[in-house]
Amino acid sequence: MNETVFSAPVSPVGEPVRIDISQLEKSLRRPRSAFSFVLSVLVGLMTITALVPLFSVIFMLLVRGGKKLSMSALTELPPSAFELGGGFGNAIAGTVIMVGIAALISVPVGIIAAVFLAEVAPESRLAKVVRMCAKLMTDFPSILAGVFAYGAVVLITGGFSAAAGGIALSILMLPTVMLTAEEAIRMVPSKIREAALGMGATQVQTVWMVLLPTAFPGILTGIMLAVARAAGETAPLLFTALFSNYWLASDGKIDLMQPTASLAVLIYNFSAMPFENQVELAWAAALVLVLMVLTVNLTGQALSRNRTE
Amino acid sequence: MAETGTNATSKGDSITRAPTAFEKHGNTAFRLASYLFAWMTVLLVLYIAYTIARQAVPAMSKYGWGFVTGTKWDPNTKEFGVLPEIWGTLYSSLLALVLGTLFGVAVAVYLSEHYLGFLVFSVLKLFGVQFHPFWGKLPDRLEVLLKNLIELLAAIPSVVYGLWGIYFIIPLIRPLCQWFQVKLGWIPIFSTTLSGPGMLPAGIVLSVMIMPTIAAISLNSLLAVPPKLRQAAYGLGATRWETILGVILPTASKGIFGAVILAFGRALGETMALAMLIGNSNVISWSLFSPGNTLAALLANNFAEAGPGEIGVLMFAALILLGITLLVNVVGAFILDKASSGREGAKR
Repeated sequence: MNETVFSAPVSPVGEPVRIDISQLEKSLRRPRSAFSFVLSVLVGLMTITALVPLFSVIFMLLVRGGKKLSMSALTELPPSAFELGGGFGNAIAGTVIMVGIAALISVPVGIIAAVFLAEVAPESRLAKVVRMCAKLMTDFPSILAGVFAYGAVVLITGGFSAAAGGIALSILMLPTVMLTAEEAIRMVPSKIREAALGMGATQVQTVWMVLLPTAFPGILTGIMLAVARAAGETAPLLFTALFSNYWLASDGKIDLMQPTASLAVLIYNFSAMPFENQVELAWAAALVLVLMVLTVNLTGQALSRNRTE
Repeated sequence: MAETGTNATSKGDSITRAPTAFEKHGNTAFRLASYLFAWMTVLLVLYIAYTIARQAVPAMSKYGWGFVTGTKWDPNTKEFGVLPEIWGTLYSSLLALVLGTLFGVAVAVYLSEHYLGFLVFSVLKLFGVQFHPFWGKLPDRLEVLLKNLIELLAAIPSVVYGLWGIYFIIPLIRPLCQWFQVKLGWIPIFSTTLSGPGMLPAGIVLSVMIMPTIAAISLNSLLAVPPKLRQAAYGLGATRWETILGVILPTASKGIFGAVILAFGRALGETMALAMLIGNSNVISWSLFSPGNTLAALLANNFAEAGPGEIGVLMFAALILLGITLLVNVVGAFILDKASSGREGAKR
């Protein structure tokens, strides 16, 4: 190794200090660098491992669910124990209807409460309490929404129903809708708001004609994320909407006060059955559910990305 | 701006006028409505707690503390106790937390150190296209893609994870668990055989579900570490990992800890995957391979078929679950709050 003599670092005595340049070079033979390198590789491997479940889930959904997926699976009623064939048409309809009910409740309440938080009285004590409550509800175990809807709706109306399921889901959607809508309204440049008020618009006109249209993409993102989450929820539906092997209609009219099937509960019920046909259907239903959830979720995210760019 | 303003007014003098009585009342009504809806949110939370508590009161007065310490669940003899469920809830959540934190923080470090970007950049450099209009953007794009893929893990419904756990994780880990049980059976955590559903598969699937939360929040707190600290450590001659372990992670530790607590709260309340994977039997065991039960899974499995007497007992269990998750979440939010305020102080 060639040793170079530097004169720059001078020892207190005044003699030039000899520095071995090769000692300063990064080399994997040195324990410190080797340790760093090994940990870097380890972290890389762990990141790849962390992605394995995602690809494994998608692969199994496509292989096991795709095999069974057909027009009849999408439109027919669930089969009974030893029956072959069948499908989960009523479960798709049930999921859509219950998420629809939940959205009908949570979207207006969430947006108007968000207007309150962002616009009417953002710094008030009530606003702080509301924000805290919304955050609490975000972290709420989803099954407790079901327990609540059971106590507040099922026990009072006297039976399991689509309405009870929708109410349980709306409790899970509300905080997401509210907090993202508040954020979106706050993102509207204050110049726009002040211009509207300066033109003589009342507060309600400013909100309806200026703020909400401007914040609309952001609000929509929140709604879609909430819908995606609600569509995949099982626990709140188990004992509010229960399950049903039939269509949600009696005498040609949709009846919201009877037990209702949903994709998520169907997957849960069929997954534990000892019949191959039901298990296959559970996988197909899972594929449909994941496609629905991911489509809504990714669309929502794309909306917000366009907004920020 | 001023010019367009004058143009607008010159077109007609009806452009400005005082608000009509209808508009004024509408405004007041809207403000009132917004207050009403805000109050509704608060009342809803109170009403939820009230509904569960009211249903639980009869069971509470009947069973009292014996409910928390009892180990039997038998609707026929009216013996109810949730100690195995509390044990299972905490054990499975902690197991998931260990795995989830390990991988979540690793992913966060990997992303915050921009390993992938540098890797792709050096590959591009080999071909000499690192500043090409299309290829040059690839490192950033791939990093965003990786981040989105991790977040996608959180979007998959838990019931689908449950299904995946039954038909993928359990068959996958069973031979391994059998080997551990035979060779290391004298250690309490390997003391029983994995007959199918059990604590370990439940914990693994749960860790997959909470990992994105930990990774996302940890990544944010790692990225918020002032770059000066990193540069100072490098300047003193520290290697990359000496910097990470000695400077970056300790600085971000409060944020990461908050993330872990929040993920813990989520794991405690997670229902479906556990109801499908944990085996639903009232057992208190140290063994990773033994079946167990959790509070949420107990509710999921027993609620729909419960008789009138059992409903009250289940509501009591729900109240205990509510109490535990509330406590953990409030502590987590408090720590995260502290962490962010502390960092703002450090910046100044």
